[in-house]
Amino acid sequence: MIRFYHVTKEYPRTGAALKDASLRISKGEFAFLTGPSGSGKSTLLKMSYAEERPTAGEVRVVGMNVGKLPRREVPLLRRKLGIIFQDFRLLDDRTAEENVAFALEVTGAARDSIPGKVARLLQQVGLGSKAASYPKQLSGGEQQRVAIARALANDPYVVIADEPTGNLDDRATRGVFQLLQDINMSGTAVLMATHDLDLVRRADYRVLELNLGQIVYDSADRTTPTPSEL
Amino acid sequence: MRLTIREALLSFRRAPLLSALSIMMIAFSLFSFGLFALVAINFREEFGQVEQRVELQAFVDDSTSVMTLTDGVGVAAGWPEVERAAPVTREEALTRARESMGEFRDVFDAEFLPASIEIQFKEGFRDAAAVKRVADRLEAMPYVNDVRYGEEFVQQLDAIRTVTTGTGIALGTAFALVAIIIIAATIRITVLARAREISIMRLVGATDGFVRRPFLLEGLLTGLAGGVLALLLLRGAYALVTRFEFVDALFLDSAMALAGVAAGGTLGFLGSAFAVRRHLKRI
Repeated sequence: MIRFYHVTKEYPRTGAALKDASLRISKGEFAFLTGPSGSGKSTLLKMSYAEERPTAGEVRVVGMNVGKLPRREVPLLRRKLGIIFQDFRLLDDRTAEENVAFALEVTGAARDSIPGKVARLLQQVGLGSKAASYPKQLSGGEQQRVAIARALANDPYVVIADEPTGNLDDRATRGVFQLLQDINMSGTAVLMATHDLDLVRRADYRVLELNLGQIVYDSADRTTPTPSEL
Repeated sequence: MRLTIREALLSFRRAPLLSALSIMMIAFSLFSFGLFALVAINFREEFGQVEQRVELQAFVDDSTSVMTLTDGVGVAAGWPEVERAAPVTREEALTRARESMGEFRDVFDAEFLPASIEIQFKEGFRDAAAVKRVADRLEAMPYVNDVRYGEEFVQQLDAIRTVTTGTGIALGTAFALVAIIIIAATIRITVLARAREISIMRLVGATDGFVRRPFLLEGLLTGLAGGVLALLLLRGAYALVTRFEFVDALFLDSAMALAGVAAGGTLGFLGSAFAVRRHLKRI
């Protein structure tokens, strides 16, 4: 699903954000991406959805080579992914259902199929009764659920989540995380960046740790030291 | 297309103040240019009337027969510069002189005034060079004694024409450039105001074309609305000025008015196209 092969990303002013990183996320896998602020988590995720291009190495996501992907084909890649952010990134002047429908409309989905699918998705994230609410009328957890429903609109192969619980209280965090686990159970791979080590410890998923742009720990790789050994 | 129209109209509803501001900025820019155009059109009209007084008279030898005179008129009428060529017989010349001289009418007699060919020029040929060309050709005719055309008057007209055309082009270009810059900046603000929306659209897989289309339609509609508003303001200003009886001015004809509104639409469309293109390139 996602493969980084000796990937380096350098920015003209700040230098290398990612150094010689290699990883592989398989179909249906759930992986945490952890590490302190500035360790390169967001850069790695951005390269997964072609917001950034690698300076060196190769990034392949759902079969596409991100480094060589023409700009006009970037939307095709993103339609195969579901992307979730800490700040939800919903359109404030559209209702929950309009936000979800929007993701379907931009991909040219059949007009008749959209309302039914939107209702199903909102039902799936537990917001069936709040379809007509605007983001400002929803709690943080609910807004993130709308964002998740939107991310699922195009039946993605992979969900990429950048600190999706970063702005949420414990209860909302648990709810959103449960939702991501349910999505993974249905066969969608999930790559989730988080600072929440409690969440990482509670779940028995693969953990990748980044520090200063390098992958310093991978729980799936016996050759890297465990966090306690670092 | 349905989506494009919906998104474009939604943006008017979502940000009515910004849309109104954009329309007004475009309207005022076009209005300023329109005022300049109105002054230029009226000046040209007045100048054209003065230019119509450019005439030439070729006096012929007394022995010239009416038939020769008529032949000469026929030849001159065929020249490209000439709008009208007419014979003036000695009798006609006398009648005219008497009419114009009033109480001294009796001092003239028919022997005193020669017959002539009277030439009026087509628009665009009322300058010194064209008049001189015609004068030279007439002077080359064996029976033409003298050619008169108020050389100084024609040269003065030339000088005024050169200065006003130069000033008009410079001012017109400056007005148009300022209008374009203001319109482009206004549209850029509307695009920047929706930067977040654009980035979200792209994240969920919208193509650049999908992002761009509603903006282009919105730009076109804003520009057209600005054009119509500018026309109404211009009409108002015109009505205000022509309330004074001594002002006798022309307004834009319907083709010009339509061109003005179309210019608004085009500027809105192109402004949006550039602004969105620039924005998309940067993200």
